[in-house]
Amino acid sequence: MTDATQDSGPMMAADGTTLKSSLNRALRRQKLRALMLIAPLLIFVLVTFIAPIADMLFRSVENQIVSDTLPRTTTLLAEWEGDGGDLPAPEVFEALYTDVFIAQERKLHTRLGSRLNYELTGVSSLFRKSGRRVEDMGEVYQDQFEDLDSFWKDSENWNALMGSDDWFADQTAWDDKADTRQPAFELREGIEDLLPQTAATFEIFADFVQNEDEDNLAKEDPWALVYSALYNDLIQEPDVSGYAGPGSAELLEAMGAVGTFETVDYPAAFEKIDKDWHSIDVWQTIQTYSPDFTSGYFLNAVDMKKSPDGPEMRPDNEQIYIKLFIRTLFMSLVITGSCILLGYPVAWILANLPARTANLLMILVLLPFWTSLLVRTSAWKVMLQQQGVINDTLVWLGVVADDSRLALINNQTGTIIAMTHILLPFMILPLYSVMKTIPPSYLRAAKSLGATNWTAFWRVYFPQSVPGIGAGSILVFILSIGYYITPELVGGTTGTFISNRIAYHISSSLNWGLAAALGAILLAVVLGLYWAYDKIVGIDNVKLGG
Amino acid sequence: MKLTKTLLASTALTVAAGMANADGHMANEMTIVSWGGAYSNSQQKAYHDPYMEATGISIINDESSPEAVAKLRAMNEAGNITWDLVDVEAADAIRLCDEGLAMEIDHDEVLAPAPDGTSASEDFGDTIASDCFIPQIVFSTTFGYRTDMVPEGVEPPTSACDVFEIEKYPGKRALNKRPIANMEWALLCDGVAYEDVYDVLETEEGQARAFAKLDTIKDQTIWWSAGAETPQLLADGEIFMGSTFNGRLFSVIAEQGQPVGMAWDWQMFDLDGWIVPTGLSDDRLARVMDYLKVSTDTQRLADQAKYISYGPARASSAPLVGQHAELGIDMAPHMPTDPNNAENTFVNNYEWWADYRDDLDAKFQAWLTQ
Repeated sequence: MTDATQDSGPMMAADGTTLKSSLNRALRRQKLRALMLIAPLLIFVLVTFIAPIADMLFRSVENQIVSDTLPRTTTLLAEWEGDGGDLPAPEVFEALYTDVFIAQERKLHTRLGSRLNYELTGVSSLFRKSGRRVEDMGEVYQDQFEDLDSFWKDSENWNALMGSDDWFADQTAWDDKADTRQPAFELREGIEDLLPQTAATFEIFADFVQNEDEDNLAKEDPWALVYSALYNDLIQEPDVSGYAGPGSAELLEAMGAVGTFETVDYPAAFEKIDKDWHSIDVWQTIQTYSPDFTSGYFLNAVDMKKSPDGPEMRPDNEQIYIKLFIRTLFMSLVITGSCILLGYPVAWILANLPARTANLLMILVLLPFWTSLLVRTSAWKVMLQQQGVINDTLVWLGVVADDSRLALINNQTGTIIAMTHILLPFMILPLYSVMKTIPPSYLRAAKSLGATNWTAFWRVYFPQSVPGIGAGSILVFILSIGYYITPELVGGTTGTFISNRIAYHISSSLNWGLAAALGAILLAVVLGLYWAYDKIVGIDNVKLGG
Repeated sequence: MKLTKTLLASTALTVAAGMANADGHMANEMTIVSWGGAYSNSQQKAYHDPYMEATGISIINDESSPEAVAKLRAMNEAGNITWDLVDVEAADAIRLCDEGLAMEIDHDEVLAPAPDGTSASEDFGDTIASDCFIPQIVFSTTFGYRTDMVPEGVEPPTSACDVFEIEKYPGKRALNKRPIANMEWALLCDGVAYEDVYDVLETEEGQARAFAKLDTIKDQTIWWSAGAETPQLLADGEIFMGSTFNGRLFSVIAEQGQPVGMAWDWQMFDLDGWIVPTGLSDDRLARVMDYLKVSTDTQRLADQAKYISYGPARASSAPLVGQHAELGIDMAPHMPTDPNNAENTFVNNYEWWADYRDDLDAKFQAWLTQ
């Protein structure tokens, strides 16, 4: 046979191609068609489920806000060694002035303040305060330039000096009431060599006015920041003799005068705004959180924090998350266990009753399933509280004394009772559908061979129902690990889960990075447990039905 | 073939409908976000109904204020702001302003002056807690107690500090499950002078002292997270005394007739008002500003007090506060700002909390789980 094929070469299809590739093509077409059929679902799942989750989880490491808002400061700060106890150099303070000035114009400084406040208490108001007062620093130079020559007061003169002639003509001709676009600012040729810092600052200013604020550049006075940049350029005594454009005389005049100008001592000026700017802690926090990605949120999520000497545990009175993770896992296990204990006999009865009665009972199982979650939880509140139905009955029966009523709610007991009830159908339904497939004849056969009731159940029936227990347990456990509303309402302080903290950070403290880190850890734990379950029990042994 | 045609047609229809609604807004609609319940009801009657009648603009109520901060941030990131005006507490307004999610407002330009000509910013005075915040009401977090559970021969409680008197007034308590207000009360009732509370709370020792004070009632306390819980717990007789918003207690006492009394002393003042989200289109913004001017004038703010016992934020509205619209009782004695109730009041320091909330909240939650 082998020889024969070798002799005649590969088998050919009717169109002359090899049979193998022809078959492959047909199969590929079939696969493609199958893929097309599931494509809508696949795209739907990707767009509405996977992508948002990935995006949210990504926030747990994302940290561009610091370097985006303070680009100059963080670059300079990279070389600073905080361990010596010395403050950063005055240049860093000057960079900070530039960064905070631009940030407050764009209203980003307070956002950065709340971000860094997660790491160091007090930074929020530090940035808010600095944003309000940073303008004063630049005005020192602005006032002196304007006192020197009223030329510097006028935005038109600035535009003529900094902008190219073509652009300046266009901008002057532009009517801001008309529906045309404002001509985009263009630097005068050569000005960035002459006045590098001023040119760069003015470009940022022009870009901000034209594109972010959408105001008419011809009518906006330059920021105080532009004047401090001009001072910095002129004090270097650039060669302005070659420049003959608009404002050349005033530029020359100003260069002669800047030597006598009153200067700003940036470190001292920042200290005047808030003495915290002279605290090493603040600078170390900015330095530690300069990189674009941070492990800070994840460390925080396991009760640790970043410090200059590497990660360290938080003080005892701030440790909470590890405790909550352990509690969440432990209570979910307890809830799963009690669901098995309560659900197994119910499912057994359902599976062994005649169909008619079984259906009726099934409705009783499903009825709470169809009732709103909030209604069921609130009903438990009425049942369990100290003046509630259960305690009243017990007191009436004389089981407990009136002054020592049982605490059944606002603690772990309350959460376990309410959640067991709420999740019970998720245990009963898979159990029932698996038990339904176990032929009753097996039990009868076991008994006829001399097994006791217990042996027949334990050796014959139970092993066959294990796949149902597995399916129910996975459902109940994974649902309860992420449960939020019931623990919040009946859990008090000792019965709340990690999800309650995640919800708090999402909706209340706005610390989405920490919430994402907590969520990522929770997801990893669940996947890890699922993997372990697959290794130990085998996921093939899980049946949701038949 | 027929099926394909039907599918195509319905798809086309859906797309067309989606495009028509792409802006999310009809020309004559405005979505206003508030807290729901009795509070939204008072706004509906005092502000929305008269405004809709006068202008023909229809106002859609959204009861998302409890999650407003998070939702606004999400909308902002998605670049699709569907809300026009949002009702938030002052502390949230400061945060939204910090995050750049709320618009800065020139109060004198946007809001109407008082009838006697006083400028809006002067009329609102200190209640303008942030540049983005347009105050509406002054409310307070204060204590209610079961009058029938006061031990015999003991004076009923009058002050927030009585919540710590566990011997004198045995029984369970209910407190808010967050540090704000509780920490201040703990220090105040431990003998710290009113002016020094925040200075003390800044220090480690001060925080330890506040937690030690709260420790004395920790095992007797139910911690609530929704304002409706304390009234319910009081009505059920589950607790002797609990903190909640004064308007909720008013409705338990005056509207439901429960045996509940108020302990006004050291009530914690707070403010609630509007913010305008950033990123609204010009015509939507113009509509919102028009609404704001009308709905925050002196008479409108006074009108709201007919339906709920919260004090108007304008000084000029106070003399106009009248009777409850349905019960016909005088509202003034139920206002947190009434001189009889406001002998000792505590004003939250919002800026201080903006700094310390992350830190203290972590400590508070860790303390709760211990």
